[in-house]
Amino acid sequence: MSATNATSPWLGRAVAGLAALALMWLVFSLWTAGQALAAVGLLALGGSAIFVYATAHSVAWKYLFPGVAGMLVFVAFPLLYTVQIGFTNYSSNNLLEEARARAYLLDQTIADEAQSRPYTLHAEGPSFRLKLAPHEGASGDALVSPPLALKASDAVTPPVAMQPLGATILAAPLNLRELISHRDALAALPLQLPDGQLIRYAGLREFGPISPLWKAEADGALTQLITGNTYRANRSTGYFETAAGERMQPGFKVNIGLANYSRMLLDADFRGPFVSIFIWTVVFAGLTVLFSTALGMTLAVVLEWQNLKYRALYRTLLFLPYAVPGFISILVFKGLFNQNFGEINGILNALFGVRPAWFADPLLAKVMILIVNTWLGYPYIMILCTGLIKAIPADLYEASAIAGAQPLTNFFKITAPLIAKPLTPLLISAFAFNFNNFVLISLLTDGRPDYLNTKLPAGTNDILVSYTYRIAFTDSGQNFGLAAAISTLIFVMVAVMAMVQLKITQRSEGRR
Amino acid sequence: MAIVTGKAGRWRLIGAHAGLCVLLAFTLFPLLAVISISLRPGNFATGSLIPSTISFEHWQLALGIPVKQADGSVVQPPFPVLLWLWNSIKIAMISAVLIVAISTTAAYAFARMKFARKQFILNSMLLLQMFPVAVALVAIYAIFEGIGTTVPALGIETHAGLIVAYLGGVAMHIWTIKGYFDSIPVEIEESAKVDGASHSQAFRLVLLPMAVPILMVVFVLAFIGTIIEYPVASILLREEPNLTLAVGSKFYLYEQKYLWGDFAAAAVLSGLPITLVFLLAQRWIVSGLTAGGVKG
Repeated sequence: MSATNATSPWLGRAVAGLAALALMWLVFSLWTAGQALAAVGLLALGGSAIFVYATAHSVAWKYLFPGVAGMLVFVAFPLLYTVQIGFTNYSSNNLLEEARARAYLLDQTIADEAQSRPYTLHAEGPSFRLKLAPHEGASGDALVSPPLALKASDAVTPPVAMQPLGATILAAPLNLRELISHRDALAALPLQLPDGQLIRYAGLREFGPISPLWKAEADGALTQLITGNTYRANRSTGYFETAAGERMQPGFKVNIGLANYSRMLLDADFRGPFVSIFIWTVVFAGLTVLFSTALGMTLAVVLEWQNLKYRALYRTLLFLPYAVPGFISILVFKGLFNQNFGEINGILNALFGVRPAWFADPLLAKVMILIVNTWLGYPYIMILCTGLIKAIPADLYEASAIAGAQPLTNFFKITAPLIAKPLTPLLISAFAFNFNNFVLISLLTDGRPDYLNTKLPAGTNDILVSYTYRIAFTDSGQNFGLAAAISTLIFVMVAVMAMVQLKITQRSEGRR
Repeated sequence: MAIVTGKAGRWRLIGAHAGLCVLLAFTLFPLLAVISISLRPGNFATGSLIPSTISFEHWQLALGIPVKQADGSVVQPPFPVLLWLWNSIKIAMISAVLIVAISTTAAYAFARMKFARKQFILNSMLLLQMFPVAVALVAIYAIFEGIGTTVPALGIETHAGLIVAYLGGVAMHIWTIKGYFDSIPVEIEESAKVDGASHSQAFRLVLLPMAVPILMVVFVLAFIGTIIEYPVASILLREEPNLTLAVGSKFYLYEQKYLWGDFAAAAVLSGLPITLVFLLAQRWIVSGLTAGGVKG
């Protein structure tokens, strides 16, 4: 169908074939890396891409595919994935899949201190010779290696046979800094002693026999060789545990059902701050919309007044907060409100002799957040209202003027009722936006000051979404599972708001 | 419009001007203050809002030029602002171009073609757009960590990965362009097809040239939307030379290292161009949408 296929069908087929090969390679390498889910997803996505573009099945999808795929992968899939993570114990303690955690433990080794031998490294032309002294407390000959290139490489190095030192003459040993520069090459270097024993790098000064710390049992358990304790994978807690319940780090990722949700409801330590944060989120979004609407609507009405001069100038200047990038104006406010160096406290101090602690006092911090957000938010409402007011027929105002009505009467009897209906869905989306106004909280206060005496740090003016960010990315623990569970709750609330908005929009459109 | 004027009206007028001026003072105060602070010597100096001595030290530092102080010590620029600005512009440019390309083709299919479940896809797009990215950050982080293990060029700490992440946010733009395409009579393309043009030729050679104004508008919107994006960039980019302005700027105002004057200069330097683009685009968006020259 497309021009390429028409002019040279072979080129199209060659490209499709190459794309299919590249896809197979990627899917295969994902699969071998243990990311089965990702491999299947990529196969589905890439397969459908090749199907859409290599066949003449549907022209429409050739145009649609990139956009729809982008939305599916980076908008829809993260939502579903978040919900799924909310049912797991995914966190910095339980980061890996079970197989990877097992492999990690089996890779752990321990050096036998008593058998370790000190070594020195000696330059010989462009290569190096390694000299091993006998281990501490033992007598015997020193050993020396043949000249080594000591180039770090990914390939597995074959063991180097050590020979008795004999009469070999070596240059002065390298100093510590030079040793450090060869650390990676030395670490990859097994040495074979004359009796056949293999020893490995065990630190900057020693080589020694290295033995694994763990032994895999036939039934999947792991035995710690030093203690003899057997750890079994417990798939409900996500740790390798002894019969007595002693846990081994790192844990692994398992499904824990509704545990994250029951924690929100039942764990008193967690529930306290969580409920306060939830209430503040609603209050914050509600008051923000209320204040910006009050201010923005008033301004829109006043600026529609024909007798007022310089209206265009006022409108442009009042629009500025909307045009300045949010991350800059929020940080500017952060600096202006600073308790000691901020200009706002400078003015307040000069006028009233007070220096309010905007960032240390929870209530003042909330007041500050609302002031800043009203500043940021009113121009948008002003623009919306101006557009809606312009759509009101002028003869209504003429009639009211003949009747001798005052401006306030005009506003409450004509303007407000007529713009209320189309404005409502827009205000609901403004509420939904501020409900999740992560950028403001994160840049202005980061949720601080924190509540005292909570197990998980929680800020007095955190909103839900900034709280999940803290749980997931900043504070200790990095509890992705819990954060995702809270995010899932937010999704439900956003979905409710979206539905209400849709209903109201449909109703107002239906009446029009 | 006839509104009764009289004595009360005059007083009301003066009152309105006074109220607007007070409000303007509050609105403009932070913007003017930050300009004055950027020209004031020192990072802590509190004092008059109109600086008595003007110093360009903060501007020099923001532009990456070391400053030699009176006591002979040399102050190095605290952060690579110009590099961050370049990162931001680079990422926003590439994302905006790709977003325009993707949403234009998709909008063409929605506006001109018939296919199964069209209305369903359109509505789901609107619904998806309601969910803020900031809430799915954990999943996005996990996705890019996963991608990075296989394709390191698209993983965490890469600009390419961030650009790819931004390509999901096209729903609003598709709707905008689709609305514009809907307003262009389909007969123009049909007559081109009668003359033997293929689908893609009718799209590229007939429809696209008529849609240039809306494509410009979407480009500017996507550009600004990307350049001010903070949440996703803040989890995908962590290392200083990689950051965008939106992520990097906050480092000026850490309690331990409070660089108020330096921040002010950097903020004006980076904020002014974006603000101007937005103000210009605002006018242009309105005229581009209302003029509708192609409808003739």
